[in-house]
Amino acid sequence: MKKIKRDRSVRDFHQAKWDEPIIFELHQPGERGVSITAANPVIVKAVGNGVSNLPSHLIRKQAPKLPEIAQNRVLRHYLRLSQETLGADFNVEIGQGTCTMKYSPKVNEEFAKSSKMASLHPLQDDRTVQGMLEVIYQLDLYMREISGMDYFSFQPGSGTQSLFAMASIVRAYHEANGEADQRDEMITTIFSHPSQAATAAVKGYKIITLDPDEDGFPDINKLKAVVSERTAGFVVANPEDTGIYNPKIKEFTKIVRDAGGICYYDQANANGLLGITRAKEAGFDMCFFNLHKTFSTPHACGGPATGALGVVERLKQFLPGPIVRHDAGYYSLNNNLTNSIGKVRSFHGVPQTVIRAYAWIRTLGAEGLKAVAEVAVLNNNYLYHKILKIRGASAPYIKGSRLEQVRYSWEQLARETGVTTEDVQRRMADFAHHYWTSHHPYVVPEPFTLEPTESYSKADLDEYIASLTQISNEAYNNPEKVKSAPHNSSIHRVDEQDYFDHPEKWAITWRSYLKKAQKEVEVKN
Amino acid sequence: MQKQKTMVHPYIPNMVPEIQEEMLQEIGVKSIDVLFDGIPQELHYRGEMNIPDGLSEYELRRHMENIMNKNISAGDNLNFLGAGCWQHFIPAVCDEINQRAEFLTAYAGEPYEDHGRFQALYEYQSLVAELVDMDVVNVPTFDWAQAAATSIRMATRITGRNEVLLPKLISLDKLKVIKNYCSPHITCTLVDYEDQSGQLNLKDLKEKMSENIAAVYFENPSFLGFLEEHGEEISQIAKGQGAITIVGVDPSSLGVIEPPSHYGADIVCGELQPLGLHMSFGGGLAGFIATHDDIKYVQEYPSRLFGIAPTEVEGEYGFGDVYYDRTSFAVREKGKESVGTQTALWGITAGVYLSLLGPKGMYELGQTVIQNGLYARKQLGEISNLKASRFTSSSFKEFVVDFNKTGRTVSEINEYLLQNGIFGGKDLSTDFPELGQCALFCITEIHLKEDIDKLVSTIQACIENK
Repeated sequence: MKKIKRDRSVRDFHQAKWDEPIIFELHQPGERGVSITAANPVIVKAVGNGVSNLPSHLIRKQAPKLPEIAQNRVLRHYLRLSQETLGADFNVEIGQGTCTMKYSPKVNEEFAKSSKMASLHPLQDDRTVQGMLEVIYQLDLYMREISGMDYFSFQPGSGTQSLFAMASIVRAYHEANGEADQRDEMITTIFSHPSQAATAAVKGYKIITLDPDEDGFPDINKLKAVVSERTAGFVVANPEDTGIYNPKIKEFTKIVRDAGGICYYDQANANGLLGITRAKEAGFDMCFFNLHKTFSTPHACGGPATGALGVVERLKQFLPGPIVRHDAGYYSLNNNLTNSIGKVRSFHGVPQTVIRAYAWIRTLGAEGLKAVAEVAVLNNNYLYHKILKIRGASAPYIKGSRLEQVRYSWEQLARETGVTTEDVQRRMADFAHHYWTSHHPYVVPEPFTLEPTESYSKADLDEYIASLTQISNEAYNNPEKVKSAPHNSSIHRVDEQDYFDHPEKWAITWRSYLKKAQKEVEVKN
Repeated sequence: MQKQKTMVHPYIPNMVPEIQEEMLQEIGVKSIDVLFDGIPQELHYRGEMNIPDGLSEYELRRHMENIMNKNISAGDNLNFLGAGCWQHFIPAVCDEINQRAEFLTAYAGEPYEDHGRFQALYEYQSLVAELVDMDVVNVPTFDWAQAAATSIRMATRITGRNEVLLPKLISLDKLKVIKNYCSPHITCTLVDYEDQSGQLNLKDLKEKMSENIAAVYFENPSFLGFLEEHGEEISQIAKGQGAITIVGVDPSSLGVIEPPSHYGADIVCGELQPLGLHMSFGGGLAGFIATHDDIKYVQEYPSRLFGIAPTEVEGEYGFGDVYYDRTSFAVREKGKESVGTQTALWGITAGVYLSLLGPKGMYELGQTVIQNGLYARKQLGEISNLKASRFTSSSFKEFVVDFNKTGRTVSEINEYLLQNGIFGGKDLSTDFPELGQCALFCITEIHLKEDIDKLVSTIQACIENK
């Protein structure tokens, strides 16, 4: 047998390229993808064709121009599109920092899709959903242990919606105290997620943003300068997206609370903190966790998801309802919250996510949760240490260890080679990797943000590092290779300049594309 | 007793002690604890979390099955609950696609890793666009309620006004979401209805219209199932005062019923759950927003909008974010409302559903729903003292059954139904006390004749056996 040499350090990868048409191009008049049960003949005899009973002006005159396609052709099309999507199950998914792309265990999918979950109507009698309510209640208890908060709601459908719910609670709290008009300012930090500022603005708050000091911490002197009787609240992530834990956090929360503000904690970055430190002891009144990040539920291309919202006792009455109550072995839904903000999402949020997160915690236990944090931080510091050795890469701010992620910079690489972080991003796709830069604005120049979580092995991390190293080498020796990437993707570089920002040229749907493309043909002729 | 060596957890590869040692050496520290030195000692949690020890995968499965088996689902019982979440037939291909690991575990990659995700969502936008006959549809929102709230907020920014009119017969659950998204600066005022038909009271609407009104929002079918017949007049009244018309719609009706854009809607929103998504105790909900391709509207979407573009290779379709600079991702609090994770996978699923049904399937779906509903109303109407429909208008999928003269409360009826393996309709007596003992029943294409007959005979038995 010939020995097959495999001494490469980076993966010889090519993304699936199916060259799929748009679904409308598969249209074949007369084909159909599924049969719909017709009404029983006795019913038809009794009521006629049904549609003619409607007021005639409400009957649709022209059928919607949906395509007609046989079932296996629809299936094949979407399977091909799925293959052109690099899900977390397929790659060393450490490149989407802040997103905690950890492993989503397969067994938990069994519970989420079981008919005992999937076929529950949200308005069923409490007696028929005791299992569902038990899971929600138990997860609430576990979340209390993890955070030190007193009650949780799983209604918010994401971190952003949880931030919105918390901003709503801040307003309701000050309204209850007759201070809503006076307290019209919300304080946040620049390294916090944009949704913190955006959702507070939706609730009518003026936003004050703290910049970092030279070590990367939010500036405490600036906080002191801006806190006043107008302060409604303070929202922050800790660690922020830099992976640096603000050691003065307790002072921050005290300053704001002493001034009458509410402190709420974006725990999207909590993966390095489980069993290590808690929101309560840091002085927060509220916090939220993304169940689709720290608690392993799949990200689903961007939802459905859950932002688990925890509050201290004095804020319980403001929670969105209903919450689950437990009394002598019986679970019930309680909507009797005196100052509830109302609702943020219909019914009970996304309970499939709650079930998965509950199951995940049950496979880990208290000890396992702490191991998650420890290994996530170990992995991150290993990665950090290795990346700083790559030519052109750096990590601004403090030199000590970081928690679960780091925001790095290619400033030197860009200066010396002209290769930008966006170029690196496209080139990383050639090696089967995601790679995320940063939210805007780019406070760290030429940023990239990596979060290895606990799910990846040392060999996995080494593979990712090897790819970055290779790209750095290319940047110094053959920058065009990086700048012209991707080379191994499903598609080549998209013309982003012209087609996404001009009303005459953007086409947000296929029908719009057909009209605008036709118009351009006519103009040219 | 010697402490048992910690087991390497199957989800955490780097718990292997030798590997940890190697990594610590590389970092140049002695232990993992040192890596947490950045957290002040006083904030280190010294307690023990009261969370039970980890289970093996098999133990977990047994544990979860024990809990879940305490549920009685709409698969076990006959279900006639709707009210914002409806039981429909779900083609197997829908589940096959949304359970694909590629889609299930993807998140926010770039078009070069996730071309398929972009295309699938672009197609979803395009398919819903045909259904509502409009040119712009967003990547899905959380649910109909938030889609309605966001549509209203868009209208207030477009008009520079801060009051909206909504129908009094609206889901209270939804109204709570809308009010919360509108508070503190947008006033929600409710418009009365015609007592017999349930139709929006146009006189009251005209009285409440003013130049402060940003938008008139109504639904078709309405929350209580009847069809609003005066869409055209309502839009005219709104336009007469420079207000925007927003219509919430159940898309499963649009194979047979005119889309709101045909009677004057400027913004259309609604619920995707009927399009191939399981109820999942409400977790199957996802919302959409659609408008015409008018920059005045497009620039006010907070959501992501995927667009199509050429690539540097002729013949390839490429995709990306349209007008990204309007979003909070780009400009934080200066963006339009806020964007983030919502319900993308349900959007892809709704696209698969529409591709499978096509125009004929959507028509047949609507027709069966209407026929089954008419039959149920007819049969229920045979029961003495029961009014099979509180409102005289035509309905789609849901209708209000009036028990006021039966001598039974809805609660008693539903208890009897439950004892007989049936989930009865939503009790409206708390949310709409003026209706007395009424319930909202939902009949879809999944209900066979024998299911409807069983419902009718059980209600009859309950009323007559009192």
